[in-house]
Amino acid sequence: MMVLGFDTSSVTATVALVSEDKLLADYTLNNKKNHSEKLMPLISQMLNDLEIEPAEIDAVAVAEGPGSFTGLRIGAATAKGLSYAAGIPVIGVNTLEALAYNLNFSPYMICPVLNARRGQVYTGLYMWENNELKTIFQCSAVEIEKILKVIKNLDQPVFFLGDGTSVFKEQIISVLGGNAIWAPPPLSIPRASSVAFLGLNKLLKGEKQTPFEFKPQYFRRSQAEIQFEKRCLKEENQ
Amino acid sequence: MERQFVRGCKKMSTGLRILAVETSCDETSAAVVEDGRRVLSNIISSQIDLHKKFGGVVPELASRKHIESIIPVIHEALEQAEITFDDIQAIGVTIGPGLVGALLVGLSAAKALAYVRKLPLIGVNHIEGHIYANFLEHPELNPPFLALVVSGGHTELVYVKDYGRYELLGRTRDDAAGEAFDKTARALGLGYPGGPIIDELAKKGNADKIDFPRAYLENDSYDFSFSGVKTAVLNYINQKKQRGEKIDIHDVAASFQKAVVEVLVDKTIRAADDKKINTIVMAGGVAVNSALRVMMGNRAKEAGIKLYYPSPVYCTDNAAMIASAAYYQFLRGGQSDLYLNASASLKLPQVVET
Ligand SMILES: [Zn+2]
Repeated sequence: MMVLGFDTSSVTATVALVSEDKLLADYTLNNKKNHSEKLMPLISQMLNDLEIEPAEIDAVAVAEGPGSFTGLRIGAATAKGLSYAAGIPVIGVNTLEALAYNLNFSPYMICPVLNARRGQVYTGLYMWENNELKTIFQCSAVEIEKILKVIKNLDQPVFFLGDGTSVFKEQIISVLGGNAIWAPPPLSIPRASSVAFLGLNKLLKGEKQTPFEFKPQYFRRSQAEIQFEKRCLKEENQ
Repeated sequence: MERQFVRGCKKMSTGLRILAVETSCDETSAAVVEDGRRVLSNIISSQIDLHKKFGGVVPELASRKHIESIIPVIHEALEQAEITFDDIQAIGVTIGPGLVGALLVGLSAAKALAYVRKLPLIGVNHIEGHIYANFLEHPELNPPFLALVVSGGHTELVYVKDYGRYELLGRTRDDAAGEAFDKTARALGLGYPGGPIIDELAKKGNADKIDFPRAYLENDSYDFSFSGVKTAVLNYINQKKQRGEKIDIHDVAASFQKAVVEVLVDKTIRAADDKKINTIVMAGGVAVNSALRVMMGNRAKEAGIKLYYPSPVYCTDNAAMIASAAYYQFLRGGQSDLYLNASASLKLPQVVET
């Protein structure tokens, strides 16, 4: 069984092809965000180099969110198009979970931090137990203080990774000091191999979707909706 | 060649079929068109209700809706055309101008389809698409002609010399014609979208009652400006209110509409005369406007000019027009690779005469 995975939720464009016990290829670009141009050529180049036809693939796994809205949609639209044209299922993989999967040797808890802009982060807490990744909790767009408070109370070392770690590094150190451990650069960014393997696991458990129903998970409403609600509440209170 | 022998039944004709996708604004659309002219299907999923309460299109919400509708719409386009991917020879897709986040949904999906099915990918200019909507219903129509593209997003006067050979004669310097309708309707508290509402109200009003300004700009210019007339309407309403006088909304709508339409018609007819063109086509959402159709029709007739415009369904954003433009581009070898990108402000390709 072969699963094609990709993640365009952040600045990193990453695509991979995996089978049950093997990573066949993992192509990653990590310089600037131009997924609309580069994603499809990356997939095409990788499969071409592997001499594998799209028709031989059994499923498409894609980072469903959280992350950059436009990035998520480029990934989702590509996944849906591939899935529909090839007649194979789509599997959505949580971006934070996929990041935590990068550190599958970690004895410590793992805290992926994605920059959600406006001073907020998408984050969660994960842990490996008996070779299985457990989600301790996961939150939508929140202030970083919120999760740092929780981790401080745990009073144990925690691995940090993701594009939000560099933005909030000083704040994390000031609260957690030596208990904050940083993942090495190649493991701190989204890796499609992790997305693909998590997708494969889900596929084996029957957790798959059709291209008709699949959509990104934003974990945040649009600014227009938030402002509209504020305006309505104000009018009500007047 | 093989197709001609293998398939004999009616729907498996030997034409060149293009599946096109359009997501530049607030309609998700997919269509199958044969030989650039014969529409086999044209599916449009409109988001108007979603954006109504915001008084205009919210780009992020439009993109969120596109990603949900894109596959169902494509699927329906193939079903209604009673064909599969095996009967498609190319994929066309709008790459701009438009809302970039919205465009990227259609483009990403179209790339994936083209890649898996090993089909040529053709990136199409949205304005070009609007013009080509006229080919879908008028088999006798061929360039050269003059095209007036008027919608909520654009107002362009284009000299179409041949397929793929354009000269942009004029464009709006501020608001698009449709935008002026939307903004004026909003200012009058009439709702969204403004075009059809004002058109309807104007039918019961006196268009010569209020003399709103017409912006003709420089003597020789084919450019447009519609922000002034919108402001004039607002000032008129405020003055009336201050004086405690009654406002006849029908007269305001009719007079405003005439101010916009008159400039559009005057400049188009003058351009046709200057360039010695005897055919005019209209396109885009505002080409549905009844006053524009009547006035342009009368003036064209007086001048001995043939006038064409599409049915309302092909005036709004739709993928059939994109498929038509993609077809003629395909014939010219205008194929794109998988690096194709979208551009919010994509310009119409222009030819320079030598
Ligand atoms: Zn349009």
